[in-house]
Parts: sequence; C-alpha cells; structure tokens
Amino acid sequence: MDGRCTHAVLLLLCLGSCLSLTPPAQPFVRQEKASGLGSNSSKGGLSLDVPMALRVFSVDYYHVQAPFEIVLWIMLASLAKLGFHWSGRLPAVVPESCLLIMVGLLVGGVIYGVRHSAPPTLSADAFFLFLLPPIVLDAGYFLPGKLFFENLGTILWYAVLGTLWNVLGIGVCLYGVCLLASGSLGDVSLLHCLLFSSLIAAVDPVAVLSVFQEIHVNEQLHILVFGESLLNDAVTVVLYKLFESFLRLPVVTGVDVLLGGCRVLGVGLGGLGVGLFFGLVAALTSRFTSRAQVIAPLFVFLYSYLSYLTSEMLHLSGIMAIVTCAVTMKQYVEANLSERSNTSIQYFLKMWSSVSETLIFIFLGVSTIQDVHMWSWAFVCSTLLLCLLWRATGVILLTAVVNKVRRNVVTFRDQFIIAYGGLRGAICFSLVFLIDDFPKKRLFITTTIVVILFTVFVQGMTIKPLVELLEVKRRKRNLPTVSEEIHSRLLDHLLAGIEDVVGYWGQHYWKDKFEQFNQRYLCRFLIREERQARSSIVRVYQELERRDERADEEHITHVDVRCQTRPHLLEEMDSIRRILTRNLHSFNNKLEVVTKVALSNIHHMFADVNILQKQIPAYSRHTLHGTPAAEGRKPLRRHQSLGGKHSPWSQEVPDLSHYSETYPTPRNRRRPIKTTRRSRGLQGQTPQPRTFMLGRNNSLDPLEPSCPDPQKLSYALDNKT
Amino acid sequence: MGSRASTLLREEEIEEIKKETGFSHSQITRLYSRFTSLDKGENGTLSREDFQRIPELAINPLGDRIINAFFPEGLDREDQVNFRGFMRTLAHFRPIEDNEKNKDPTASEPLNSRTNKLLFAFRLYDLDRDDKISRDELLQVLRMMVGVNISDEQLGSIADRTIQEADQNGDNSISFNEFIKVLEKVDVEQKMSIRFLH
Repeated sequence: MDGRCTHAVLLLLCLGSCLSLTPPAQPFVRQEKASGLGSNSSKGGLSLDVPMALRVFSVDYYHVQAPFEIVLWIMLASLAKLGFHWSGRLPAVVPESCLLIMVGLLVGGVIYGVRHSAPPTLSADAFFLFLLPPIVLDAGYFLPGKLFFENLGTILWYAVLGTLWNVLGIGVCLYGVCLLASGSLGDVSLLHCLLFSSLIAAVDPVAVLSVFQEIHVNEQLHILVFGESLLNDAVTVVLYKLFESFLRLPVVTGVDVLLGGCRVLGVGLGGLGVGLFFGLVAALTSRFTSRAQVIAPLFVFLYSYLSYLTSEMLHLSGIMAIVTCAVTMKQYVEANLSERSNTSIQYFLKMWSSVSETLIFIFLGVSTIQDVHMWSWAFVCSTLLLCLLWRATGVILLTAVVNKVRRNVVTFRDQFIIAYGGLRGAICFSLVFLIDDFPKKRLFITTTIVVILFTVFVQGMTIKPLVELLEVKRRKRNLPTVSEEIHSRLLDHLLAGIEDVVGYWGQHYWKDKFEQFNQRYLCRFLIREERQARSSIVRVYQELERRDERADEEHITHVDVRCQTRPHLLEEMDSIRRILTRNLHSFNNKLEVVTKVALSNIHHMFADVNILQKQIPAYSRHTLHGTPAAEGRKPLRRHQSLGGKHSPWSQEVPDLSHYSETYPTPRNRRRPIKTTRRSRGLQGQTPQPRTFMLGRNNSLDPLEPSCPDPQKLSYALDNKT
Repeated sequence: MGSRASTLLREEEIEEIKKETGFSHSQITRLYSRFTSLDKGENGTLSREDFQRIPELAINPLGDRIINAFFPEGLDREDQVNFRGFMRTLAHFRPIEDNEKNKDPTASEPLNSRTNKLLFAFRLYDLDRDDKISRDELLQVLRMMVGVNISDEQLGSIADRTIQEADQNGDNSISFNEFIKVLEKVDVEQKMSIRFLH
C-alpha cells in the first residue's frame, strides 16, 4: 500500500513539473505575470525552427498547447484522486477536499519554484462557466426530491434569512473593526465591507457536499445543510451584484436598497422559472428519443447547461435554474429513456462532477501560492471570528422560530452541525477576484483564502469526530422493503384523507393535489404512452426482484467470497434449476448461452445503478449504489415467495435473442430476433436485461422502461392483458 | 349510539373530550365548527354520506376505508357518529408531545400513542377485525393503491412478498405484532400526526 502511495506521489510530482515547464497558456488559466517565454522554450523543447533542411522529427508544442495543458491538469486531478483512495487509512481521517488542496499547494509550490512567478490561478470565468455547473447538476439530479420538498420551508428560511443575517452582521461588524483599526484599514468603506461579507458569508455547496457525504448524518440534517447551500446562491448573487453596483454609483438612496430587495425575489424566481421551462422542454424532447437513443443522454446535459447559461446571461441565479431543471425533468426523462441511457446519464454526471470538484480544490491550492499577499492580523482574524459567530447565532435564532412550525424539530445537536458545517469554498474565491480593483483588494483575496482554508481544513477535518462525539443521529442504512413502501403509501393516503376531513390544508393535501395534477396532465404530455409511470410500489418490488436475481446469479458465476452471506444450498439449487429451465427454452448452443449469461451479468452490474433514489436518499458523490453483496442482503427464498418458477416475475431471460433465431412460442414469446449486435451498437436492439414473462399470462410488461424498439412495443401491447 | 340533538357544545362536554383525547379547548371548538359544517342534516351526527360529500375524500383511494374508521364496529348503513366519536378518531392523529411521555404508566395509554396509531393503520387493512391481515385483505388494499395498470398475478406476487417479509410465525398473514415490527424503522409518530391549528 505504501509503495503505491509513493508511486502516486512521484507521478504527481512529475506531472507538476511538466505543468511548470509548460509556457503560460490562454484561455483556460490566467497568468498573473508574463513570465519569460524565451527561457522556457529551450527547456521545454519547443518548436525548433531550422528553416533550411528538412527535419525528420519536430515538436510543435504551440499547436496543441491549450488542450494539452487542460488535459494535463485534469490528469493531475484524477491521479491525485486515485492516489488518495489508495493511500490506506488517510481517507478515513482527512476529507478528500483537504488532500486535494494540499496537492494543489504542492504543485503550486513546484511551479512557483521553477518559474519564480505566480502559478496560473483559477479564472472566475472558467470556474463559473465550466467547473461549477456539472457539480450543481449532479447535485440537482440526485436530490432526494421528497425529503427536499418536505423541508423546503425550513431550507428557504435558512437560505434567505440566514444569509441576509450573516451578510449584514458580518459586514457591519467588519466595518466597525476597520474603523477601530483605522490606521491600517482606514480606506475600507462600509460598502466594501458589505461587498466582502456578501461573498464570504455564503455557504458553498461544493465544499459542503464533499465533506458531508463522508460523515453520513441523518438525511434530514443533510438535506437542510445541503439545500441551504444550494438555495442561498440567489441571495448571494443579488447581494454581491447589488453592492458592486452600489460601489459604482455616486450616491446610494433608500430606493436603491428597496429595489435591491425586490431583486432577490426576482432573481430567485427568475432562476426557478428558467429552470422549469428548460426542464419541461427537456422532458418533452426525451419523449421523442426512442429512435435515436444514443444521443438521448446528451439532451439532458445540453438543456441543463443551457438553462444555466441563460440565467447567467439574464443575471439570474444560475444554480437555482440548473437545480430546478434537473429536478423537473428527472422523473419524465427516466421514464422515457431506456435503462442504458439512464445509466449513461448517471455515470457521466458522477464522472464530470467528480472531475470538476477535484479540479476546483486543486486550483484552490495552486492559487494560494500568490506573489503578493496582503496580510492584516486584525482583518483576517476578525473575519474568521465573525463568520463563525454570526453563523452560530443565526442558526440558533432561526431554528428557534422555525421549530414552532415544524413537525420534526431540529435538535440542538443538529443545529450545531448546521452551524459548524457552513463551509466556504471556491465560489467565494472566484467572486473575490471579480471585485473591481481598489487598494485593499489583495487583502480581501488573502482573507478569503484564509477563511476557505480554515473552514475546509479545520472544520472539515473535525466535523467527523464531532459528529461521533455528539452522537448525532446517523443515516439509517435501510434496505428497502416492499412492506415499508406499501405501508408508507397507505399512511400518506390516510393522512391526506384525514386532512380533508378536518379541512386542514396541510402538507399531505398539497402533495396529493400535485400528484393528481402530475398524473392527469404532465405525465400524459411528457411521457411516452407506453411508458406511463408505474406505481412506486411496483417499482420497488421490481427493483428488489432484480437485485435478488443478480445476487443469485452472482453466487453462481462468481465464486469469490465477496458476498457476505453464503446462500443456502437450497437456494443455489433453486437458482441453478431456474437458469437451466431458462436455457431449456432457448435453442442456442451452450457456448452462446454461457457467453450471454456472463454478458447479462455485466448488464446487471450496469443496471445495478438504476437504484431508486428514494430508497437511498442521502446524496453520495462517489457511489451510485450499494451492491447487493456489499449490503449483505440475504436473498429471499425464491421458491417460497413466488410460488415456484412459473411466476411471472421470476423468470429472467437474458439477452439470448441476439444470437439466435427463436420463434415465438405461445408460452414463451421472445421478441423477434435482430441481426448481430455489432451492427447497431447501443441502438434499440440492445440486450435487455429485463424480465420477460414466461407465465401463462404473457405480458412483457409494457410498463417496463426498457422497450425502446417500436417493434417490440407493438408486440408488447398486443400481449397486454 | 343514538343521535344527540345538541347544536351547542356544553362546557362539561368539552372537559370530557379534553380528558379523553387530550385536545386543547381551542382545538375542540375549532373542530366542532368543522363538524357542524359537515353535518348537513343538522342533527348533531354525521352519516357516511356527509363524509362522502367531501370532494377530495371521494377521490382518495382509501376514502371508503377512512370513512369506515370513523364509525364504530358494525357496518350498519344507518350508522351515525356523534362529535365524541369524531373526536375520538381524530385523537389518533394528534402529535405526540414530549411531556406526555413522562405520564404515569398506570394511566391508560393515550389515543395518540404509537401503538394506537399503528392499530388505527392496521385496522385499515383488517376489515374483518380478526387481528390478522390476510393475503386477500392485503390484495384489496394493494389494488386500491396501485391502480389498474397491474395484472392480478403481479399484484399477487407483491402481496406474497410483503407477507413474506413480515411474517414470522408462518401463518401466511400479518398479525399486529408483526405489523409493528415491520414499521419499527418508520417514524410513525411524525408521519401520523397533523398539526392542528392552535
């Protein structure tokens, strides 16, 4: 393990030195000072111009410079991440963000040492346009919707009022400090202080995500902190722009302040509206992608990014737009797209957001190595102190009010974690660079860096032991059960009914109303007819069945003892019997069967990710699911639960159809076979790791979300009972 | 039960209801005005038709069962429920307050305790009151909740799996204790509470 660690470190250092040797590049990174290009060119082995003779071998670096350097940075980030995970006990103690910043510091130091000038810093444009959207999109797409909307009031309360409280409090107090230390800080005006506090007070979603997902607190707490960090963007954006424009105005009147207040509302709602619009359009587009499935995932990304860019263009809150877009389109897109497309979407989202996050933290580290830092003990320390203080008091006061109205009270421990988990991150950093130049700007930059490093390192590292010390309620690692789903639904209906009787328009009433609206209008319009949404109970059930199938098959084909429970011999016999029975129906030769079973396992592993998010509500950056083996789930005895092998659910016929011609028998209708897989790639004739019904009542369930081929659809509809 | 021709709520009644259900004075008065607004016949009791007149309840999948829960044993068509019975049923949905947990254990369990809440939910399934949810009863409820898109066989499998997850003594039905055990991870106290306005 240590050997690998050293390899990783060596690799990183090599990459770092490569990066330091490259000449400064545009447009991705911004250079602080023009460094000696000429001196570098000889070191880097760049284009040699010997005009007369014909060269056999030449290097033309400038041709590929920009993409080359971008790739190098991304490579550095990814290798750092890899190294981190291989480094033994470290991930348990230090959150990933800290390590990445340290790597960034290292690389920045190397670059500085080699070039004797400041390393490239993170340009605000690159950050806001390229690095932030994937992370927020990922967060929005995997947001636990139910939990989020149940707590929406509280989240908004914290986000809007809490941020306002923090900004005003910190700003005014900082101004007081500046007045007190007027010797060194005299030229910092009130507006400057307010501008600074508006960017430093906001909790950063990236940092919060990366730290919280490792500490596994209970879902309610998680969604409160996380939701707040997402939604306070509206307030931050408005206040920042407001104070910035105030700084440029000669005189600030009361009317301007009032207008500013209206703008908060406008920005928030505007972002929401833009997101809704694009979300619905995306859902509608996905309805028609059945014939070109390969590009279907692209629409999800394009529309989300478009919504972000549009709202940025209109000076609305981009984060709110992209989150709303993702939340809106998710259920319709998931119903319309095939399983593979859904999996692709999820994987790509995770990948991009991971890379983005890693890059952000590394650049944070690199950018810390600056040429000119302006330091002021008074300012820096008071900023730190005030941030902590105002956040704590804000949380306590707001919670005291909101607890009177909530069903689930927010306990003191939860409050402490909410206050302590208010981490600052790269958004503050980018915003501070965007301030118009004035004498003390360097001071602001330094202070921001210190605050970010403090919160990420100190608070990030200590929050996990604190959570354990305070015995904060942790995430329950429940395996979903059909019973729970059914009974929860029953309770929902019951509560909605009782609210009707009492005449109380509570949460359940509105939820019910929305569901009805959704079913009646939206789903009809946005989802393909064949794929109209199934009940959640059925979905849970199918998911569990699929997992059991996979668990059984893994026991057969993978002999390794990764799974923690050894099945009973009886179950193994039963699984074997099932597989053999299945194969009896096929007319392939054995070789293709075996290949297919193996391939279907691979597809199962991909299908594994199609987990119902509501069963695992806490958002996790690094994983999409838990494997059945890792969860140690003991598969239910199939022969007991489903009345034998002729149950309509249990027979799973893997994608044998590709390789052979089978003609539909009355009992066993398989779909008509297509040509080899090679011809179409991921198009409609993809292997379907989905249940085919082998029962009497033969309905390839038309509600299965993986019937992309129109042929199959008509056949399926014919069979519909 | 009989019908009480009481259009006004007397103080001693309010006190009795308060003791029995734990509602506060203002809540009882507020709910009484709701009761009278539902009572179209103005005879001091509610019949099933009065409930069915509530529009959202009519489209609730479990509407009939909820209405049934208000009426005491005996599915007599002529059943009427007076205000006391109305309040007694609604008392199950009062939020559990912390100070109630420290009451002396000799007093009878309040109507809104966790067990009683679960019993209420249990009775929604168990129509014949034999203290067991049989497969058929489960199927009926499932059919109501899941809708018409599912075939009977599939529904049957879901029901089988549900019973199998819960059943411990192998009698192929869910007893009340098994029901409690299944829902032990669900926060029933919070889910089955309505914040009545003060």
